[in-house]
Amino acid sequence: MKTFKNAIRLMFLYLALALYLIIFLFPFYWATISSLKTNKELYDLRANPLWVYRGVTFEHYKYLFNNTLFCRWFINTVLVAGLVTVITVSTASLAAYSVTRFRFRGRTTFAMGVFAAYLIPPTLLFIPLYQVLRLLKVIDTVWSLIIAYPTFAVPFCTWLLMGYFKTIPLELEESALVDGATRLQALIRIVLPLALPGLMTAAVFAFTLSWSHYLYAVAFISHSPQKTLPVGVVSELVRGDVFYWGSLMAGTLFSSVPIVILYSCMTRYFIKGLTAGATKY
Amino acid sequence: MYKTAAYLMIMPVLLILLLLMVYPVGLSIYTSLTDRRIGTPGNFVGFDTYRRVINQPIFLRTLMNTSLYVSITLALKTILGLMLALLMHHIPVGRNFLRAIVLLPWVVPTSMSVLIWQWMFDPSFSVLNWILSQLGLNRVPWLGSPFWARLAVITVNVWRGIPFFSIAFGAGLTAIPQELYESASIDGAAGIQQFLRITFPLLKPVFNIVLLYSLVMTIADFDIVHILTRGGPFQSTHLLGTLAYQVGLPGTQISQGAAISLFLFPILLFAAFFALRVVIRQEM
Repeated sequence: MKTFKNAIRLMFLYLALALYLIIFLFPFYWATISSLKTNKELYDLRANPLWVYRGVTFEHYKYLFNNTLFCRWFINTVLVAGLVTVITVSTASLAAYSVTRFRFRGRTTFAMGVFAAYLIPPTLLFIPLYQVLRLLKVIDTVWSLIIAYPTFAVPFCTWLLMGYFKTIPLELEESALVDGATRLQALIRIVLPLALPGLMTAAVFAFTLSWSHYLYAVAFISHSPQKTLPVGVVSELVRGDVFYWGSLMAGTLFSSVPIVILYSCMTRYFIKGLTAGATKY
Repeated sequence: MYKTAAYLMIMPVLLILLLLMVYPVGLSIYTSLTDRRIGTPGNFVGFDTYRRVINQPIFLRTLMNTSLYVSITLALKTILGLMLALLMHHIPVGRNFLRAIVLLPWVVPTSMSVLIWQWMFDPSFSVLNWILSQLGLNRVPWLGSPFWARLAVITVNVWRGIPFFSIAFGAGLTAIPQELYESASIDGAAGIQQFLRITFPLLKPVFNIVLLYSLVMTIADFDIVHILTRGGPFQSTHLLGTLAYQVGLPGTQISQGAAISLFLFPILLFAAFFALRVVIRQEM
């Protein structure tokens, strides 16, 4: 009797979860089939929209690659996200190491400053940053984004890595020092390999956040060839008042795929970074 | 010697924080006290800009919208996120796989998923309306009327936010020692009571930090409204961020834009104060 009740209970749990997944993943399904329909079917009010009935077409993808700057935006996005990741991980790991390993004046203040900075959203910064970047004459170029994106990536990753370095026991390093290693050797041979998962998490987050960021890119760049994917796809695939929904959906899918692939290879790191942000402190 | 190394190592981050965050916040405060427009230096006018901003009906409406948006989405994300976390916590097989799938709306770039929603809310070809009409219900003017546009914007925010809430709550649930539930069962406490007496109090620290973090992110939201409605129809969906952008950059009234965005500041200070208190209590 008890096992029967348990089985019913489990069935309800899985049913509820399945229902949740169907509702929550529907937008992705919808985008996929929309990108594969012919325009005739896409804008037919009498057709059943939930399936592709009149043949699959790749014309929207062709339009995206041949008639828009999509490839250019893709390269820009890779460049911006890549450079910001390098800047972020190198600076954040140095600072996090210093704060967790050395005792110096202002250490706690610095740590709290990093945390406070992590709570300052781009919404508060985009107007003054626009003024600064105008003075630097980088508005309308991808360089404005490479300068601006560290404002959200660096505090987050520094905070994340501080939490991570704290979990690596100090004794390991100390015994290496006693054995005659220099501080730098101890850092490279002992701390770095142990910190690798943390560094991966930071890198994955810096890359994903930069890849997806929208506000700064909208505010600082209006010159089409300098746009990144999120802004390019949103702003340029509308001609007059006509939306090219097929190509728009193809664009959203192609812009999301690299992040989804990264995510599926590194789910562990994503979840670690996410829960570190929520439960660590 | 170590001290110098220590300071050198924090220097790059310190410079980024000072030059790209502290200085801009100061610059923003200064700008809001001038009548600067893009391209002109402007004059110092004290609180005149704030007076102008507050006297516009659209600003008060935006403040109302922002509070409504934040309170409704936070409540929904907490309730639905907790429900999902509990569901996932109680299944024996496939939890990791589900967790990976559940996070997808949070992983995909927001601007991209908002575009998908915009297509689902399309005035003529909305698939949601098609489903409603199949169920025998009336079509809905999703982005066409203030009420439905607000609902649409809230829906997208909740859709995107639930994964974060449920994964964070899930991590909190896993951290609760199983023995507590076992001894509670022995003492005769059943489901609801266990939830109220054990689960809820022990999840409270996670609740606090997730809500604080989400408060900051939601109150400063921009992407969803800017793409979906541009603040319309009839300026009914503007948030502080989208209004500051529209007035400050395309509208070139950069001092007013700065003033509007600075209304976020008191709330951010409040959040930072409480978050830091939690941090200090637990870490230092």
